[in-house]
Amino acid sequence: MDFLSAKQLRDRIKNRQVSSVEATKAVFERIAKIEPIVGAFISTFEEQAIQKAADVDKRIAAGQKMGQLAGVPVAVKDNMCTTFGTTTCASKILANFHAPYNATVVEKLLAADAVIVGKTNLDEFAMGSSTENSGLKRTVNPWDTTRVPGGSSGGSTAAVAAGLCYAALGSDTGGSIRQPASLCGVVGLKPTYGRVSRYGLVAYGSSLDQIGPITQTVEDCALMLSVIAGHDPADSTSVDEKTAPVADFLAQLDEPVKGLKIGIAPTLNAGADEQVRKSIDEALKIYKNSGASLIEIDMPHFDYAIAAYYMVATAEASSNLARYDGVHYGYRTPNPGDYIEVYTKSRAEGFGEEVKRRIMLGTYALSSGYYDAYYLKALKVRNLIRGDFVKAFDKCDCIMMPVSPTTAFKIGEKTDDPLKMYLSDIYTIAANLAGIPGISIPCGFDDKNLPIGLQILSPAFGEEKLLRIANMYEKQTTWHKKRPTLNE
Amino acid sequence: MSKLDYKVLVGLEIHVQLYTRTKMFCGCALGFAEEPNSRVCPVCLGMPGSLPVMNKQAVEYSILAGLALNCQIAGFTKWDRKSYYYPDLPKNYQISQYDLPLALNGNIEISLADGSLKKIRIRRAHLEEDAGKNLHTAGNFSQVDLNRAGTPLLEIVTEPDMESAAEVRALAEELQRIVRYLGVSEADMQKGHMRFEPNVNLIITRAGQQFKTPIVEVKNLNSFRALENSINYEIERQLERFLETGETMEMGNKSTRGWDDAKEVTVLQREKEEAHDYRYFPDPDLVPVQPDEKWLIAIKNQLCELPLKRCLRYIKEYGLSDYDAGVLTETRATADFFEEAVKCNGDAKRICNLITQTGLKIANEKGCKVSELGIPPLQLAVLAQMVKEGLISATASVTVFEKMTQSKSTPQQIAESLNLLQKSDAGELEGIIDEVLKNNQQAVEDFKSGGKKSGKARGFLLGQVMQKTKGTANPKVAGEILDRKLSQ
Repeated sequence: MDFLSAKQLRDRIKNRQVSSVEATKAVFERIAKIEPIVGAFISTFEEQAIQKAADVDKRIAAGQKMGQLAGVPVAVKDNMCTTFGTTTCASKILANFHAPYNATVVEKLLAADAVIVGKTNLDEFAMGSSTENSGLKRTVNPWDTTRVPGGSSGGSTAAVAAGLCYAALGSDTGGSIRQPASLCGVVGLKPTYGRVSRYGLVAYGSSLDQIGPITQTVEDCALMLSVIAGHDPADSTSVDEKTAPVADFLAQLDEPVKGLKIGIAPTLNAGADEQVRKSIDEALKIYKNSGASLIEIDMPHFDYAIAAYYMVATAEASSNLARYDGVHYGYRTPNPGDYIEVYTKSRAEGFGEEVKRRIMLGTYALSSGYYDAYYLKALKVRNLIRGDFVKAFDKCDCIMMPVSPTTAFKIGEKTDDPLKMYLSDIYTIAANLAGIPGISIPCGFDDKNLPIGLQILSPAFGEEKLLRIANMYEKQTTWHKKRPTLNE
Repeated sequence: MSKLDYKVLVGLEIHVQLYTRTKMFCGCALGFAEEPNSRVCPVCLGMPGSLPVMNKQAVEYSILAGLALNCQIAGFTKWDRKSYYYPDLPKNYQISQYDLPLALNGNIEISLADGSLKKIRIRRAHLEEDAGKNLHTAGNFSQVDLNRAGTPLLEIVTEPDMESAAEVRALAEELQRIVRYLGVSEADMQKGHMRFEPNVNLIITRAGQQFKTPIVEVKNLNSFRALENSINYEIERQLERFLETGETMEMGNKSTRGWDDAKEVTVLQREKEEAHDYRYFPDPDLVPVQPDEKWLIAIKNQLCELPLKRCLRYIKEYGLSDYDAGVLTETRATADFFEEAVKCNGDAKRICNLITQTGLKIANEKGCKVSELGIPPLQLAVLAQMVKEGLISATASVTVFEKMTQSKSTPQQIAESLNLLQKSDAGELEGIIDEVLKNNQQAVEDFKSGGKKSGKARGFLLGQVMQKTKGTANPKVAGEILDRKLSQ
């Protein structure tokens, strides 16, 4: 495989230098070889994908106007509904669930003439930071197969890193795009809340969930965002075009931001591993050398982000996941005694441990007598964190910090200690609480040759500038071009 | 048993199904008695990833009803999730409104049997989605029909201001008229468009001490009759129970009883008010509603004169009886039709008679509204005028009315063609009467003899005149001429 970017491949397909069928077949050849090692996919659709690719080729040959992703093989996280295959959320409770409709983002990918090759693994219902909570499959990090890919979009980031697709969609509730992107050495963007329709994304924390692209390059990220962004009448929380017009995120991408002011919070960064910190500092130097200035910012409420997040996200999850009860669809316990047992046993047998833990946490937080002390207080903290960002962005264009305090950790290393696992998201969670966009871009490797990610956060609906800032760095570095060597 | 001094307290919870085209949060059409699960989509089925979108019409209808009930309309209102597990509730939470209802602190005026008016306070009115229906007709298992799931309901809660079953019925009927006037609900109790759940208890005074009986909530009331009878039954039952046990109201001893329509008794359903924890929290999938001045004014403009006010005006302005005014104002269409006819310079009393005695009967037979019989209000006014002027008899007006529903001819044309115009021409009538007197000498003599026979003879002679004129003689004019000639 020649590791073209999605955009490069699209251009070649459009110019008929290569056919989509050839590219798609090559992807499936690679999947056949690599997927048994990586385990990125829950399902793949070879026949359907090649058919779609052939259709794209035919239409290109006929001179038709093609979509922005013409013929490009992409993958979708398996918590987005598709009328084809299953939509499992990596949960036993939905292992055989066939959605009756396509998520809006899936419709948009198809309308852009993308070729969907498969649906990727995740932590069950996107709850986790290592993809180890998948109830259906184990995904490993392509850079070191004894390590986790991060999560919850670990299947998507592993697939992109291992060259099993050209780009993928993930979802990010507390860092689930950025953290695995960082751990797998790819680009991952969590857009502003409301930028991309959530219709058809199986909800975890509705006020935090956001779909975003996982790609090899910043340019691909801009391309994917152009395809999936925009108001959707089916999602009341998606922002209308007047408030947040969807720009052509590619148009100005190569324009460096002049007089760029980067906000940094050294005390926060101090919590990260030394090698991570070093890489971030190196990245900041590169920005400084291209004329940016560093401004220290104060994030007084950042420390409370994880606590607030685990109240808000679990409270919403406890309600969002109430529908999986064995009554209407999904797993139902065999031989229930009565209808109460349909509920209790189906849920006890169908959900994994982490999902149950979060449902219990959230149920508790919403219980009468505890609501004010937990949920309401968490909402107040959320507002304070939002305020911290607003104040910070008065002084700077963006904020840079690590994505994850560590590089990829060993499989099983943190599974016995949920709190330790929760801390993997310490740098990413605040953006979800504030609703602002954040991107993870490759910025180096540690001494074990594990990728390190730089996180850049920007004001709400500032994706265009955010991508330009990220692109400034990517054009001066080669980290994103490095590939893991698997048993090839 | 010594007679106890007691006061009845009844408050109502009323669910009014709104007459919108589609459901509360999706595009499914509302239906009744359709094939089970034929009016459903991913949203009202609570499918993974689906999202609700608010039905603006339902909110407008609710605001309109709130205004008609003299409520304050909230400047800020939101949607909350009410969590409980039941097979007819697909998401296992209901989207409702908890602490910030759409309408607050109103009242509804009702007319009591003695002609006095009473104001019943409205505590709140909020909008929510209905659940589906569990069917237990299939033997060893239950079935769920979700056609009704997601239907918009306006829940109206009154203060416990009603002091008798009759007052409750008066309120229920008044509310039915109001929502029908506003066009916000079909309010058909048999179809479950209006569901009343009274909370009943008594304040008993014995030996100068007051005792409150435990509150009972009554369910399964499918008619006004059932509503009234169930409360009368409860009053008796609670009195007896108090005498037997002396039990009074305490925390947690509210019970729920179901009305058995066949046996005319209430049956215990739930002994104690379970300590339900619905874990309300704001629905993150929906945005708050903030009705602005412009919108409120537009809705206010849709208000109309309400039935009770209109009824009282008819009594005062047109001198109609309570009964007639009540019949005319029962539906807005009838009242509007009446008033339009009156506006055409018609005689109110006679128009009222035509509508109440003939029009409603024909409309009822045809299954339509009086206003839909095809009679222009102007022509009705003309017909009333003809009766008033003695051009046709009241009996003949019925025939003319009937014909008017079948043809476009004017009442004069119809009366003429059917030879129903009364002979009021004194000259012509005198000739006929002379002839009758000549041919019935015996009767003339009987009349002149005075006494008992006299009245009978006059009636006979007048009857002969009517017969000769085939009923077209104006009985008033003919009687006057006859009397004059007999006294000569």
